Amino acid sequence: MTKRTIRVASLATAAALSLAAALPAAAQSRELVNVSYDPTRELYRAYGEIFAAQWRDEHGETLNITNSHGGSGAQVNAVLDGLPADLVTFPLAGDVLAIERGGLIEPGWEAEFPEGSSPYTSTIVFVVRAGNPHGIEDWDDLIQDGVQVITPNPKTSGGARWNYLAAWAYELERTGGDAQAAQDFVAELYRHVPVLDSGARGSTNTFVQNGVGDVFISWENEAFLILNELGEGQYEIVVPSISILAEIKVAIVDVNADSKGTRDIAQAYLEGLYTPEAQQLIAANYYRPRYPEFANAEDVARFPEVRLITIDDVFGGWVEAQATHFDDGGIFDQIYSPF
Amino acid sequence: MSDANAPRVRRRALRDATTESPAVRRLLIGLTIAILALLLVMPLVAVFSQALRLGLDQALATFQDPDAMDAVLLTLLVAAIAVPCNLVFGVAAAWAVAKYRFPGRAFLVTLIDLPFSVSPVVAGMVYIILLGPFTPIGGWLLEDFNIRIIFAVPGIVLATIFVTFPFIARELIPLMQEQGTGDEEAALSLGASGLRTFWHTTLPNVKWALLYGVLLCNARAMGEFGAVAVISGKLRGETVTMPLQIELYYQEFRASALVAAFTMAAVLAGLALITLIIKTWLEWRYADQLAATRGGH
Repeated sequence: MTKRTIRVASLATAAALSLAAALPAAAQSRELVNVSYDPTRELYRAYGEIFAAQWRDEHGETLNITNSHGGSGAQVNAVLDGLPADLVTFPLAGDVLAIERGGLIEPGWEAEFPEGSSPYTSTIVFVVRAGNPHGIEDWDDLIQDGVQVITPNPKTSGGARWNYLAAWAYELERTGGDAQAAQDFVAELYRHVPVLDSGARGSTNTFVQNGVGDVFISWENEAFLILNELGEGQYEIVVPSISILAEIKVAIVDVNADSKGTRDIAQAYLEGLYTPEAQQLIAANYYRPRYPEFANAEDVARFPEVRLITIDDVFGGWVEAQATHFDDGGIFDQIYSPF
Repeated sequence: MSDANAPRVRRRALRDATTESPAVRRLLIGLTIAILALLLVMPLVAVFSQALRLGLDQALATFQDPDAMDAVLLTLLVAAIAVPCNLVFGVAAAWAVAKYRFPGRAFLVTLIDLPFSVSPVVAGMVYIILLGPFTPIGGWLLEDFNIRIIFAVPGIVLATIFVTFPFIARELIPLMQEQGTGDEEAALSLGASGLRTFWHTTLPNVKWALLYGVLLCNARAMGEFGAVAVISGKLRGETVTMPLQIELYYQEFRASALVAAFTMAAVLAGLALITLIIKTWLEWRYADQLAATRGGH
């Protein structure tokens, strides 16, 4: 080959290569939409960056990962109204089941990913103001005279449903299984709630930034975030004698992922949540990882010992709990009247 | 003594000519200023001081967040589409209502005002029910044309157009009604074409009112929260406008996010202030113009 031929050939190769590099980028700038609940903004922002970098390294494709956050009940409605979620990361099985009922997620999703499609868990604790002026120690202290309780609306927020069920479980156990007593207790509890925000983050703002209320019934992760970001001096975490194991559930929204052609990314994104790197990130963001052995020891050490009941043991699973307590005309509607 | 007394008497006579005593006058002026300071100036100062709480550098760092820039660009894009649409609609509607008599005219005027009386949230929800991807129309658009309306930019534009619908028409209708059709009749009888009459007679007569309407429409288009919040789906970096991004920042914990929230709010407030200044100037200009137009008749 002459020098000239080589130059032409290398130029052609370079052109072809850059074209090849440019074409898939143009054709494949695919978008992945994760519709999640309210307090996971920080977690999925961080995870999305890690995942996108890994995907770029492995597949040479730059992903456009978009997150949407809000009270999970409201988010479920948005997905059912057509928010183009490729996958959902919701705080309870009930929310995913609602989308399954709407026909967008195929049955059997709980078996698609490890640990019942639940890559991490959390629980419910109390946040009180510095010095715990009302001496809050357990659930029954929340219904003292003059104590104002902040919790979101169970109709629109998944975390709020866990709050409600944990309170119910406490009184049920204390009375040896008296359902009426539990209902009266929860009804009394909601009489102490001055504001029902639509999502957990809204409630946090009410308690922290607006200074309303004496006790905030909160996600454990959100409670740590409040302490960490706003200084240990201003707030304290109170761990009740009994709380509930909140299993976060993830699923591919089959109809959307198939029509948008994003199933492979959605699959990898959710599988990635179980990797050591993600489990470590999960613990660093104050969620309880499924595999604590992968997390930093000091992150795991932060989680207090709590006796955790499960929804299956006490309430017969989400389908039954949802129908009994939170559906229209359910017990929450009977006990809570805003007027 | 008499020298000193004389002007005092004269001054008293002046006071008697006005109806209120100086004390009442001072009280009223003072009260107005106090209320304005309390309700308008203090919040405005608070917005800017919160934005600059950690220094100008930190405030400007807000715009290094791609989400923030996306929100600004989206807001400008939405306003850039919604305002011209409503400009065309507003002029057409005002023309129809002011220059013609036809059955249902009063009803049309009421209809134009509808967005003022309907809650923006309701407007947003109606569009979801009408055009969501699982509705017949929305499904057809998505399947056959791959156009997504709801939870996407077109929906945000639609909602903004709905909310800002009446601003321009409402500015033009009273003025055009007052001016009547005399000028146009004169132009037409002198042989001008319809279009020429519009460009050279009608438009110059209303141009200040039109500009004023456009400014108001633009301010509202950039600031709209309710309707857009319902329809956006809060997809970060995609369907989040400036007002929505302010809320998102405000709900984050980091001190820098709070600064970002108020920096964005300050930018919106700054845009509103500029609008207000132009508006005030226009009102003054427009009053002159209106007087001149009237004087000519």
